[in-house]
Amino acid sequence: MFIAATVGVLVSMSLAMTRALMGPTVYDRVLAVNTFGTKTVLLIAVLGFLTDRPEFLDLAIVYALINFIGTIAVLKFFEYRDLGWARPPEASSE
Amino acid sequence: MVEFVDIALLVLLGITAFSIIRQKNLFAAVMMAGIYSLLSAALFVVMDAVDVAFTEAAVGAGISTILMLGTLALVGHSEHQPQHRPILPLFVVILTGAVLVYGTLDIPPFGDASNPVHHHVAPHYLEESEHEIGIPNVVTSVLASYRGYDTMGETTVIFAALVGVLLLLSLGPRPGRVASNGRATTTVRERDKAVSEEGMEEAQGDTLQVSDEENTLEDTNG
Repeated sequence: MFIAATVGVLVSMSLAMTRALMGPTVYDRVLAVNTFGTKTVLLIAVLGFLTDRPEFLDLAIVYALINFIGTIAVLKFFEYRDLGWARPPEASSE
Repeated sequence: MVEFVDIALLVLLGITAFSIIRQKNLFAAVMMAGIYSLLSAALFVVMDAVDVAFTEAAVGAGISTILMLGTLALVGHSEHQPQHRPILPLFVVILTGAVLVYGTLDIPPFGDASNPVHHHVAPHYLEESEHEIGIPNVVTSVLASYRGYDTMGETTVIFAALVGVLLLLSLGPRPGRVASNGRATTTVRERDKAVSEEGMEEAQGDTLQVSDEENTLEDTNG
């Protein structure tokens, strides 16, 4: 059963990567990378159970956190055209 | 089954690498670099190098994606047309890669218990570190005590690199930064105006280039 789950995760990884490759708009690519990160988390979790060592599960949780922060950073880049650091004081007081 | 996962991940890794090379839209290339980093982190997990995978995910997918996006804010979104056919560099790269692959033929087999790495100082660390250092975690005692000077040097190098990168990134768009709708934004046109007012010689060429970039950016946003 874990084998079927692994194959499924790998197939959906390749689907997400196809969207990241083709993606006509920027948001397709952002969403594809986010999905790909989620699939990586799932793959690590499934592989842990497949090889009878589920203790790598906490690593997968850290990946989920990194993925979340990375997606926020990318979207912030698109909102502000930079990462929004070193704002002038009159703008940051808003 | 693990071999199958290895092969599938390596195939995806190869596709990602080629798409990064061929990609002219730099934002898409940064996104593919994030995918590349996640894939190699998954490969490291499959090879049982969890700590390396941890670092790869944090640095590769997290920090370096953000740094590259900050760089894209300075340099624009599309790659310049290459001025020449890169045949000679391709040849040099292929040759170097072939030499490196030839070098891997001599390394000991993967995961073999009789490898030199398992017989030098590793048994000493495993058996004596709690008695000598007093920390139950062996990795921590190796990093913080046995290789303490090494770790301090690494930290210094990383700190210096971080300061340099932050200086470079914070230099860029500040002159052209304008406040619109109460929000600090930098339009490419404003930045370009600032550049041409400084009397740089290539400002004319930059103007054409930048307006192209703006068009492509709007296209990709749509």
